[in-house]
Amino acid sequence: MTNPKPHLVVIGNGMAGCRAVEEILARDAERYRITIFGAEPRVNYNRIMLSPLLAGDKAFEDIVINDHAWYADNGIELVAGDPVVAIDRAGQTIAARSGRIERYDKLLLATGSDPFIIPVPGHDLHGVVTFRDMDDVGAMLRAASAGGDAVVIGGGLLGLEAAHGLCLRGMKVTVLHLMPTLMERQLDEAAGWLLKEELERRGQTILTGADTAEIFGQGKVEGVRLKDGREIAASLVVMAVGIRPNVKLARDAGLAIGRGVHVDDHLVTSDENILAVGECVEHQGQVYGLVAPLWEMCRSLADALVATPSGYGGSVTSTKLKVSGIDVFSAGDFSGGEGCEDIVMRDASRGIYKRVVVKGDRLIGTVLYGDTQDGAWYFDLLKKQEDVASIRDALIFGQAFASGGGASANPNAAVAAMPDDGEICGCNGVSKGKVVEAIQGGAGTLDAVRACTKASASCGSCTGLVEGLLAITLGDDYAGERAAPTVCKCTSFTHEDVRRLIIEKSLKAIPQVMQELHWTTPDGCSSCRPALNYYLLCAWPGEFVDDNQSRFVNERMHANIQKDGTYSVVPRMWGGVTNPKELRAIADVAEKYQARMVKVTGGQRLDIFGIRKEDLPAVWADLNAAGMVSGHAYAKALRTVKTCVGSEWCRFGTQDSTGLGIRIEQMTWGSFMPHKFKIAVSGCPRNCAEASIKDIGVICVDSGYELSIGGNGGIKLRGTDFLCKVATEQEALDHCAAFIQLYREEARYLDRTAPWVERVGIDYIRQRIVEDDVGREALRARFLYSQSFMQDDPWAKRAAGEDWKLHQHLAEIRPAPAPVARSLEVA
Amino acid sequence: MEPEWLDIGPVDQLPALGARTLPVRGGREIAIFHTANGQVYALANQCPHKAGPLSQGIVHDTTVTCPLHNWRISLVTGEALGEDKGCVPVIPVKIDGGRILIGRAAALAGVQ
Repeated sequence: MTNPKPHLVVIGNGMAGCRAVEEILARDAERYRITIFGAEPRVNYNRIMLSPLLAGDKAFEDIVINDHAWYADNGIELVAGDPVVAIDRAGQTIAARSGRIERYDKLLLATGSDPFIIPVPGHDLHGVVTFRDMDDVGAMLRAASAGGDAVVIGGGLLGLEAAHGLCLRGMKVTVLHLMPTLMERQLDEAAGWLLKEELERRGQTILTGADTAEIFGQGKVEGVRLKDGREIAASLVVMAVGIRPNVKLARDAGLAIGRGVHVDDHLVTSDENILAVGECVEHQGQVYGLVAPLWEMCRSLADALVATPSGYGGSVTSTKLKVSGIDVFSAGDFSGGEGCEDIVMRDASRGIYKRVVVKGDRLIGTVLYGDTQDGAWYFDLLKKQEDVASIRDALIFGQAFASGGGASANPNAAVAAMPDDGEICGCNGVSKGKVVEAIQGGAGTLDAVRACTKASASCGSCTGLVEGLLAITLGDDYAGERAAPTVCKCTSFTHEDVRRLIIEKSLKAIPQVMQELHWTTPDGCSSCRPALNYYLLCAWPGEFVDDNQSRFVNERMHANIQKDGTYSVVPRMWGGVTNPKELRAIADVAEKYQARMVKVTGGQRLDIFGIRKEDLPAVWADLNAAGMVSGHAYAKALRTVKTCVGSEWCRFGTQDSTGLGIRIEQMTWGSFMPHKFKIAVSGCPRNCAEASIKDIGVICVDSGYELSIGGNGGIKLRGTDFLCKVATEQEALDHCAAFIQLYREEARYLDRTAPWVERVGIDYIRQRIVEDDVGREALRARFLYSQSFMQDDPWAKRAAGEDWKLHQHLAEIRPAPAPVARSLEVA
Repeated sequence: MEPEWLDIGPVDQLPALGARTLPVRGGREIAIFHTANGQVYALANQCPHKAGPLSQGIVHDTTVTCPLHNWRISLVTGEALGEDKGCVPVIPVKIDGGRILIGRAAALAGVQ
């Protein structure tokens, strides 16, 4: 009994294989006799619904796509639980594990993809699972029923869905993610940070920058150890770091493969009788791991096989995270670059972040967090490459607004039409009438309105409305001038606003500041990042974790970059005093690392020039061994305390200026500040230490110590202003500490003391430091508290191996005779 | 036939939002950059202005700011951005299976 119809054999009973069959049947149900082989012992189900299944939102019956009746009704033979193990292309047959041989006329590969297992020690322990099929979900549910700790390795889409499900099932979940932000392929830093905050609020522990070293346990999983030594206990480890196309059968059969099975626009492989579809294919260099491209491929495949060929042209994909209550959407390219323009809207009170990327009047990418209802509209604009020039200004407000005439309206028309009692500023409850009244009363700038009404002075989201009212009320007289400069172009807030709001709103991370204060760029710029890093570090000593990537090169490398790309190294010499042991160590370092110059600096230190970045940790180790620490000659921090020899040697000396200088330096080293900071102590009014051009100058006299501040010997020469005279060394130290803390807390980032003192006035400084005894003591106490965290030699940490990647080459290419790249990997 | 791509190591050896260097014996050093989105770019490690080591700059979006004089260079095109004029060679780079592959011909350009 032979069947005259040609035989179509499908390898893979998953979403792609069955959808392709459905598409073929829909076009011509009679063309083929169909046999489907599946590795799993069950009917076709919706794999993307595994997450809701794990979370308990669905049961298996709910996620079945095609039940047994479907196979029977369509005359399809399902061979479930008997995977195909070989293809014989010459004989046009396949062999299954059971030994069954099946001849085909057309063969369809829909083998999907396999989860990628990182080959760390312990990856094969009992209790390590992937998140790919029903069996994995079964294993996870069994583990969850016993409760306890789970670790999910991978903070991408799949990993977060697994973590969410396990969390709902009562496990205590830690997510380990190698990259600094979650879902970095789909989300930008701002949205990734919001997502992390929300998941942590729901009780998950999220560790970013977490590099897994091993999974440990006796026979079964007991925990995960990170490369930095941290250990996280776990009875279940879910590996969700990514998937790889399953190309084994295709490779063994000699089909053309790259990352996936190569197919043409009609999903035909290098063998005309073999087709492939789904996650296992590579089309024009692209491999897809999402469901929408798969549907598009199946349509093109069926068109070509049994109808009019349409041709598959590749897919544009979008991403949605299936975690209930968290709305995340992304599509297209949001990596920025030439000619790209970001439009960002944030609403901190509602937890919303929206970003669209426009290039040449076309929308090319979008990231939405918290409000994704316009995702489909943006995705449509993106796919159709529609010209958005006419609605550009209204784009970010969504389809309803942009299409409802909002785009063409005068931007100030909306605010002009508001009634007087309409609310402008929700944070501070300020009505339009009050703002207009303030403007008519003389508040002619944004800063003035903020000062007298508080409108837009909290989160800043109504800044545009306030500026609109200024423009309407003042007409041509309003030019948008500001009383104080904003931090940078990313915000309407001044430095002072930002510092005040960091404290008021208890903001403790850079992305959090950007979200809460409605930054207009996704991740700031090279001006605001270092400033915010400093402001947070100053506001939350001991709590804020320094962001190395928001530091300028010298502070990141703990040395001074020179024009040829080498570095100079300045070890600390307290008060400018050294000894033979230190000098010997410096001489040895200079020879050993072939320093091209050793120079005495203006601050009484020795500067070793021409050190390569690779050698810095070894240089520091050698200097540490001789008892020397970082001189911070590279930092916006206390640089040097310059001294003269004072009463111990000098016939004119009145006090121990050298000793006081050393004590001041021991108190102040390591303190990061708005800018570099120099101190000098002279033993008599002859002033050999040049104290009158320093940020703090101390001049010793017979009756005590004269303190002066705000000097500068740089571009603009400025002599210090006299602050006060004190009787004892301890008072001198206390006043120094208090003044430094006032500068740290109130100056703008990159303000030296000289322009800051000129701006606020010496009288203000005197009032705070000299007249207000209680205030001075509080400042001093805050400084010393901060110093208890800051006085930690950064060189010693680097010499011990911290951040070694900053110092070593990634690899090296040696071209002759045949080029090879020699990898310099370090475990 | 010589390979078109050279494998220079795993992508997890690149610090996030940072860069590492790839010396080419007899040729010019290459800087490999890693952006916030996890994308990887490669440029000659020399600013077109005064040859500053771009690998040491602040990486931001798809831009690096040169550590010497704050020129901003596009990682995508190698062009100086803003008012500055100049261009640095871009070396093709791609990620495959967690490994960084660099275009052989461009990487070896200028090798004596």
